[in-house]
Amino acid sequence: MNDSATPPQVPGHGSDGPAAGHGDAGFGAGAVSLDHGHVEGSGLPAHFENPGLPPHQPRHADVDPKAAKRAERQVLALFTLSVLGTVLFVVAYFMFRPEQLFFFPFFGHVSILNLLLGLGMGLSLLGIGLGAVHWAKTLMPDTETIEERHTTGASEEDRKALVQALVDGKEESQLGRRPMIGVLGGTALGLFAVPLGLQVVGGMGRLPGSELSETFWQTGMRLMRDPEMTPVKASDVTLGAAFHILPEHLDASVEELDKLGYVSAEEKRTGDYRFDQDLGYLERKAKAVVLLMRLRPEQFKSDKARDWGYHGIVAYNKVCTHAGCPVGLYEQQTHHLLCPCHQSTFDVTQDCAVVFGPAKRALPQLKIGVDDEGYLIATQGFMEPVGPSFWERG
Amino acid sequence: MNALAARRRHPAALVVLLLIGLFATGGLYTLFTPKADAGTRVTTAADLETGRRMFLANCATCHGMNGQGTPDGPTLAGVGAAAVDFQMGTGRMPLAAPGVQAKRTFPVMFNQTQIDQIAAYVDTLGPGPAVPDAKYASGQGGNVAKGGEIFRVNCAMCHNFAGSGGALTRGKYAPQLDNIEGKHIYEAMVTGPQSMPVFADTNLSPEAKRDVIAFLHDLDKQENPGGNALGSFGPVGDGFFLWLLGLPIMIGAAVWLGRKAA
Repeated sequence: MNDSATPPQVPGHGSDGPAAGHGDAGFGAGAVSLDHGHVEGSGLPAHFENPGLPPHQPRHADVDPKAAKRAERQVLALFTLSVLGTVLFVVAYFMFRPEQLFFFPFFGHVSILNLLLGLGMGLSLLGIGLGAVHWAKTLMPDTETIEERHTTGASEEDRKALVQALVDGKEESQLGRRPMIGVLGGTALGLFAVPLGLQVVGGMGRLPGSELSETFWQTGMRLMRDPEMTPVKASDVTLGAAFHILPEHLDASVEELDKLGYVSAEEKRTGDYRFDQDLGYLERKAKAVVLLMRLRPEQFKSDKARDWGYHGIVAYNKVCTHAGCPVGLYEQQTHHLLCPCHQSTFDVTQDCAVVFGPAKRALPQLKIGVDDEGYLIATQGFMEPVGPSFWERG
Repeated sequence: MNALAARRRHPAALVVLLLIGLFATGGLYTLFTPKADAGTRVTTAADLETGRRMFLANCATCHGMNGQGTPDGPTLAGVGAAAVDFQMGTGRMPLAAPGVQAKRTFPVMFNQTQIDQIAAYVDTLGPGPAVPDAKYASGQGGNVAKGGEIFRVNCAMCHNFAGSGGALTRGKYAPQLDNIEGKHIYEAMVTGPQSMPVFADTNLSPEAKRDVIAFLHDLDKQENPGGNALGSFGPVGDGFFLWLLGLPIMIGAAVWLGRKAA
């Protein structure tokens, strides 16, 4: 305990520093002044004196019994608050049902059970926490103490004993005389790690193969409204309209698609499906979502965009080429398509080129036409990979 | 029979026959004409004239004397009565000052009769969507779950999953959709006001629109047991609230923990 103003003795840092701290003279008395002992030419002293700890200041509660009593009462009050909070929690749990709402200023209508459970739990934890900290800060001893650090190295005898144990172990296991045991034993242990690693890597699923580059869309598939799954007539699409579109037969199985003629003979033979026929509904949908819009044909600045559309009706993939969010915010007046995630903006009049934001590629266009009954159909699948860039694509 | 036959040549016979014929025709006509529903007023020529005069006084500055459009305002030929009813019924028009986007304002400056008269006049400028049938526009009897699905596919990207609105480019925004009359929701979908795309009845059927309106009206009625929803803006709004309120408390606690007692 250091109740006087004398700071404890502190050893200096580094091997060349002075080992002893300063005495009663106070701070800086033994410090090297700048006019002597400095490193030549630099203006800096060769070493600094350890300033030690600041003088200890006793707290009110240390010197005044009344203050100590007050601190004790405060700690007791905080712990009592915690007890009351717990009681409140338990009482509220049995008294109220979650459906009972009441008006609380600023929060609006709140479930009274939620409110009281939260308040009770909050007070209960806060009371314990605040009480414990206040107790430690006001009543527990707060004198500065210094604990010397032990050397980390083991003793010389221990080190020798360890080396001896290893040498003896090698001798007794006969690994020196029969090395093949060591080699094969090591191999067995090493290979044992392979199955463990294999399930981690294998659990990531198979390689995507060509799936990243293709979608469910095939020539002749009708454009269907999402989520009603009804076909769209070209005459239904008015100027300024935006339709959210899914491909026809999106929920059909491979066999059903085969009957409809959407599985080629080669795909059947190799089992390598080019148009996601073997994927589940959501996986198909994730890449095949399309937004259909109608502008006046002369508004397009790109001939390709006009030619791939039908009388100003154009269909673009809805997956952002930056991070794959659905680009669904269509501004009818500016013909801009916005991505809600990172504000990438695509201009429909410029073949959905990026005009703002982090996306790097234009949205892929789906070439459309009409069938005999006047319904909009895809006249070919997507001609480029949809969605964000990936390694193999560059 | 004899009495009738005897008087068939009486000079009054023609007049009596004529009267009987007229009364019969008139009576049958009133009996079989479809009656106008209570509440729907038939637009008269006087209404059109009143509408035209109010148009000239309040709208023509920007939209042109014949609604043909000027550099300050688009043409109104073909926008239909629905557009007028929506824009004026929600207080967006007449616009107080030009800006990026017309705001919903209170109180609405015209009463429904006046709006109907102007709408009737604007409808004569060119055919457009009419004010929707209350059967669908009220949202009553709509399938809330189906409406929610349609809303999330077609509307939520701009208007937010809870209909609390969202930002577009250059100060434009999709407004919040709480407590809006079903008629105005329907009209907004049909006419595509400002930046909004058009969702004509050929895109979303009247039944689908009724479901969407029912969903939005159901959202209005929903209580939030957690209290203040902080605008239902999602993680950004909630996070901002914690930064603003929670973080200072945490910093205060850290400072208090690190301080020595006096």
